Amino acid sequence: MAEATTVEPTRRDFLYIATGAVAAVGAGSVAWPLIHQMNPDASTLALASTEVDLAALPAGGIMTVKWRGKPVFVRHRTAKEIQEAQATPLSQLPDPQNDADRVKKPEWLIVTGVCTHLGCVPLGHSGDYDGWFCPCHGSHYDTSGRIRKGPAPRNLEVPQYQFVTDAKVRIG
Amino acid sequence: MSGPSTYVPKSAIGRWFESRLPIMGLMHSSFVAYPTPKNLNYFWTFGGILSLMLGVQIITGIVLAMHYTPHVDYAFQSVEHIMRDVNWGWFLRYTHANGASMFFIAVYIHMLRGLYFGSYKAPREVLWILGVVIFLLMMATAFMGYVLPWGQMSFWGATVITNLFSAIPLVGESITTWLWGGYSVDNPTLNRFFSLHYLLPFMIAAVVVLHVWALHVSGQNNPTGVEVKDVKRDTVPFTPYATIKDGFAMVVFLAFFSWFIFYVPNYLGHPDNYIDANPMVTPAHIVPEWYFLPFYAILRAIPDKLGGVIAMFGSIAVLAFLPWLDTSRVKSASYRPVYRVFFWVFVVCGIGLGYLGAMPAEGGYVIASRIFTVYYFAFFLIIMPLLGLFETPKPLPASIADSVLARGGSASAVAAGAAHAPENK
Repeated sequence: MAEATTVEPTRRDFLYIATGAVAAVGAGSVAWPLIHQMNPDASTLALASTEVDLAALPAGGIMTVKWRGKPVFVRHRTAKEIQEAQATPLSQLPDPQNDADRVKKPEWLIVTGVCTHLGCVPLGHSGDYDGWFCPCHGSHYDTSGRIRKGPAPRNLEVPQYQFVTDAKVRIG
Repeated sequence: MSGPSTYVPKSAIGRWFESRLPIMGLMHSSFVAYPTPKNLNYFWTFGGILSLMLGVQIITGIVLAMHYTPHVDYAFQSVEHIMRDVNWGWFLRYTHANGASMFFIAVYIHMLRGLYFGSYKAPREVLWILGVVIFLLMMATAFMGYVLPWGQMSFWGATVITNLFSAIPLVGESITTWLWGGYSVDNPTLNRFFSLHYLLPFMIAAVVVLHVWALHVSGQNNPTGVEVKDVKRDTVPFTPYATIKDGFAMVVFLAFFSWFIFYVPNYLGHPDNYIDANPMVTPAHIVPEWYFLPFYAILRAIPDKLGGVIAMFGSIAVLAFLPWLDTSRVKSASYRPVYRVFFWVFVVCGIGLGYLGAMPAEGGYVIASRIFTVYYFAFFLIIMPLLGLFETPKPLPASIADSVLARGGSASAVAAGAAHAPENK
């Protein structure tokens, strides 16, 4: 009677496992719509780009525009601010990036106004580096929007944008 | 512990029903005949107070939802509408808003009670962990509830807390976008928070049932930490003894609660939350509700984003491991002279972190936060495991009954009483 106690998998064992596996895939495929419905919907994804008129902004000024529900800073940098941003050696930066890689025209810095730490809106013309200072947890950004001091891990993000004319820029 | 039910239905209908669904017997053995240690002090009434607060929050919440609109354009207005136009709306909202704070006051006392008297130790590990789960659900519920009025603190609190998830490597950004349903906290976020804020209290209620079930299997701990040895000598029935005592404590607690509702309803809130949410301007100082401040201070004490987030969640997760971190065989701090000192330093440390969480993150405040954060973790991860090995506990009473008698008579009478106790019955 040794054959009766064999541990060899039977055809029935295989069918049990196969059926269970199909049930798991079925349950998983029903879970996906329930999870994915929380991702940005079509109307949010379709949000139009924003056009900004730069003519009104004097040198040294910062304009805040709303794009995709969050603020974008458009900064008309002065010669001194550009010089400061360009002269900073990369070795002093927690998230090293050249100023030239962050702007299309040196006078115009366009960055997302969302602190890369926990998402507050930093305050312009303040902080130790004369760029931005985040009041929530004390992150300092320079005139290129790069993180210099504090808990934020990355530089202020540069959104997709292009100059439509010399005095008009389209963000998004 | 509660044993087989001794419930005997008196009427014929009662007997007919009990033989089909023995729910009356279950209620009877859980809340009437259930034996409670006879030496429980008033710290043991907070479980009842917490059940009451859960009821208060669910009832006021359901009626507030009848008047509230979860839309970014109307949420703030609808809350003002509740305050000004809805009959008794101010009372319902102030009760619900202050009720959250009272809930947390009660839960912190309840948790510190467990920490002091060693209520998390065997055989109550699962009971304790269920409590930690309830605490986490409470925090999630309170956080989402605070977002609903859509004031400045609602909006920016939601922004900061949801951004915590962006610290997760690789998938952090996708998770945050998923939580928001967009690229920032916006209408989809408010809608889902309302939905979940309505759901979670019922999940809390379900875990509370498990918590009470686990409690009634292992029996209550008590101020001596000595387990019940003789149900007759060491315990009294839940009704009337615990019911009346819990009831009295609830009334006192409600008086305290009422003082906030009727005299200082906005004391525990933040004035900035009476400003409509503005996604373009962050308030100068973002502070969470007071009950989150110690954890917020831990978050800000770490100069690294991911590190801060890990420390904050870790400060709560560590509680779940408490039954195995504490190596002492003695439960109650009443018999642990050294642990008692560390415990009170821990309480001061928690209050200190709460204070620091409300202060700006700069200079001396950050340094103090770091010192307290180190103590917070050292208390659980270093002091608790080592203290059980090095501390000499005081002698424990032979039983609960002996400790109660010792308080009543002189020392010699106790010794005699204790020796003769079995015969005295």
